[in-house]
Amino acid sequence: MSVNIFAYNIPFISIFLMMLAAIITPILPNRKRIPEKLSCAVVFVNVILSAYLIYVLTNSGGSLTFNFAMGNFPAPWGNELRAGPLEAILSFAFCVSMLLSLMGNSDSTAEDIPEKRRVIFCVLVNLLTASLLALTYTNDIFTAYVFIEINTIAACAIVAVKESPESIRAALRYMIMSSVGSGLLLIAICLLYDLTGHLSMQNMNLVIKNLIANREYIMPLTVALALATIGLAIKSALYPFASWLPDAHGNSTNVSSAILSGLVLKGHIFLLIKIFVRVFGLEAIHDLRMDNIIFALGIIAMIMGSVNALSQVNVKRMIAWSSVAQVGYIFLGIGLNTNAGIAAACLHIIVHATVKPMLYAAVSGLSSAAGHSKSLHALMGTFYVNRWAGLGLIAGAFSMMGIPAFAGFASKLSLMLASFDSPVMIFSLAALVTSSVLNALYYVPAVIVVLTHDKTKPKVHMNVSMIYKISMGIFIALTIYLGLFCVTLLRLLTRGVIVLG
Amino acid sequence: MNEDLRIIWRNFFNWVMGNGARPENEEIIPEAPPDLPFTQKQESRNSRFHELTLRERYSHWLEIHGLHLFSNVYSGMSVLICVVIVLLLLVTVAELPKFGSENNPANNEVMERYINSGGEETGAKNIVSGMILDYRAFDTFGESALLFTAAVSVLMLLAVSRRDSKNSPERLHKFSQDDSILRGVALLSIPVIVLLGCVVILNGHLKPGGGFSGGAILSAALIFAANAYGFGSVHKFFSERKFVIMISSALMIYALLNAWSFFTGANDFEAYISKGAIGNIFSAGLILPLNICLSLIVAGILYGFYALFSEEEI
Amino acid sequence: MFAKLVVNHYEAAAVIIFGIGLSNLLLQRNLIKKIIGLNIMNTSVYLFLAAKGYISGRAAPLLIQDAAGNWINDASVYVNPVPSGLVLTGIVVSLSVTAFALALTLRLYESYATLNIDEALLKMTREQEALEENLLQESDEDVLL
Repeated sequence: MSVNIFAYNIPFISIFLMMLAAIITPILPNRKRIPEKLSCAVVFVNVILSAYLIYVLTNSGGSLTFNFAMGNFPAPWGNELRAGPLEAILSFAFCVSMLLSLMGNSDSTAEDIPEKRRVIFCVLVNLLTASLLALTYTNDIFTAYVFIEINTIAACAIVAVKESPESIRAALRYMIMSSVGSGLLLIAICLLYDLTGHLSMQNMNLVIKNLIANREYIMPLTVALALATIGLAIKSALYPFASWLPDAHGNSTNVSSAILSGLVLKGHIFLLIKIFVRVFGLEAIHDLRMDNIIFALGIIAMIMGSVNALSQVNVKRMIAWSSVAQVGYIFLGIGLNTNAGIAAACLHIIVHATVKPMLYAAVSGLSSAAGHSKSLHALMGTFYVNRWAGLGLIAGAFSMMGIPAFAGFASKLSLMLASFDSPVMIFSLAALVTSSVLNALYYVPAVIVVLTHDKTKPKVHMNVSMIYKISMGIFIALTIYLGLFCVTLLRLLTRGVIVLG
Repeated sequence: MNEDLRIIWRNFFNWVMGNGARPENEEIIPEAPPDLPFTQKQESRNSRFHELTLRERYSHWLEIHGLHLFSNVYSGMSVLICVVIVLLLLVTVAELPKFGSENNPANNEVMERYINSGGEETGAKNIVSGMILDYRAFDTFGESALLFTAAVSVLMLLAVSRRDSKNSPERLHKFSQDDSILRGVALLSIPVIVLLGCVVILNGHLKPGGGFSGGAILSAALIFAANAYGFGSVHKFFSERKFVIMISSALMIYALLNAWSFFTGANDFEAYISKGAIGNIFSAGLILPLNICLSLIVAGILYGFYALFSEEEI
Repeated sequence: MFAKLVVNHYEAAAVIIFGIGLSNLLLQRNLIKKIIGLNIMNTSVYLFLAAKGYISGRAAPLLIQDAAGNWINDASVYVNPVPSGLVLTGIVVSLSVTAFALALTLRLYESYATLNIDEALLKMTREQEALEENLLQESDEDVLL
């Protein structure tokens, strides 16, 4: 153990801190917005903890990882957590994104959710964060399954937290689709357990390597991998299975949409990355032909998500379909099946986890300036009412289109660079270019509408709260930072992916 | 010949772009009366249907038949997917290791250690209890957190919101107030059920059973009492606030106990927990207190589910 | 393949039940039946796991004493305890999911008076259209006034 004892305990502390906060929230007095402040405070502590963990791990050369046994027993017997650069960076990104979504949408949360429900909303947010952290750090595939279920129920409940029939219907649809996903994942885990006799990821990997080298059980391994991939693809809204997502995003309150597309999808994708890199290993994935399928599905999602977004009039639904396209980018990176490709996919996870909550926060600011209408035309001229939200929308749109110096450009560039030494380079380049053009086709009109002066409307003045300005400022700063200085981050992520396997 | 083609083309063009000639034998269906129930509501053709462009006609058609078509395609795809998955899984199952054989890959060093040293390392006679509450305690903690998540979500959906908006339809289910047979049976059997639940909980590390099954039995006693004596009598000692506080504090104790054992175990600190002799009630370290906490959580949550679903409040 | 399926008949049955549950979950229009399908699917996984843990001729994983009163802790006496633990966890998972899905269904029924999601969607769009028409008519009246 070459990290200090405090850093060594950080994964455990952050998960249990979130859990304890969730458990104690219902007992707390429900006055002066104490539950919300507690949630924000605990997530903020987690931001600092994971930043410290990143600092410790990078100063040790960036290739250091450690396993944390949950209890007295090491890996094949007990549950374990594992922390490396990749896990630390992703949990940092998730916590930052969660904190900013909570802060940036706090006004619309106060409007949409009645006081009594807000306590439960805070409990659910804490549980969701805890389960995301556990998913990021876990080294045991069955633990991952349990926490995925916590994640699913909390996410559905967060969709249903807005008291309207549409949101209940959307949550129910989401619930059914993700139950199908969990069922497939569960049977895949059982198959893998039967073939390997382990539930801990690195022990599974050793056995699977042996099996593939001896060409034993190839068919069951392929089926298990395919079922796990489909299950997680349904849960992370890969295109043909994404029909639930626009409903769930369009009909829920803003903070739920931000959390859902910024964080919940990403947790499942990261678990898929872990299964690919850590349980099977990249060569095995290539042997079992899963990389090409993922790659093709990613490309289809990139195009179809954008095409569907083109025909939306509701801004939130448009951004939701754009999430489907962005999930396609991430799957494209995973489908390249190289360390560079997966690192680029992780970079895109981080970029999207920053930009999408920013877009939702911006839309919530703009639509409250336009009298709570969600249709694109109603937003005309709202830039001049709420400039911070307008700036956020512009920065987000530029980032989605891939304008240089914005976050999306960095991740798209690294996806392109990663695909250069791959045999499918031409497809991925074509898809990246087409999808960027399609993104521009629906984000540019949105920006133009927001910037156009509406002469017919009376001048509205709106007080923008300080907390909204601060969180929007941090969002924009992060977007530009990721766009300009992503090289160090990308190098760290690549090292993280290499030590993950 | 050329002229004919041109006429055909013009007709086609008009058909696509609208303003087409009206077919002579088309009968115009009168609009359906608006107060039909919505499932029987028939969409009628617009009398100016022939003037619509192809695109409008398409969207019109989609409006009428779209959902139906979508659900048909969806059903077809689902059947196909299910059949493919079952066939794939059957082929897979045929290749899996043999049923009941001791040379299967799953019977490896993991299972051997659970059995060989499970007794000494956890102090539990019931190896499964020792496994889920000591070796793989984090899984079980996640599981109780999942139960807590579900309880909180159901509470949100069924209690918190509906008390604000009392528009829920009347329940058909009414409790008869004085059912003396039910009360007599309840008086006799509830103590037995509670006793059985306690035995199952306290013997969780020795015999089959434990916190989950014992908690389920206790909640059965509570539900029985609520049905026999009415929810009001249960409310006297089990109000909503008490319910929430009980579940939260039991889960809190559970989480703290788990955190203590994880923290000391991972850092190799002294844990100050004695394992005791195998087979005694007071043995197996933390497993007994963990089981008691779990049973309180499970009993509370299961009774809460029943009360919420049948009575709208706890 | 058929002979192998006969050897693994518990797993084969589990897999077929899994397919039945999955097709119920996907195909049933009624939400309650969908949730029953979900439960069938999860239960079939428990059957699969229970079959995987079984080793012929061995005892349940509760330590037993030999004649001299010593605990027998020989791995060749007991069946594999891991799948039993996984099943215990899985039961709680499916209980929680079922309770939550039923609560959502109850709320859907209260809002739309139907247990069919598609019908609920149709009702919602109809209601919205009616609302928009009303709004249009009102604005027309405003213009006339």
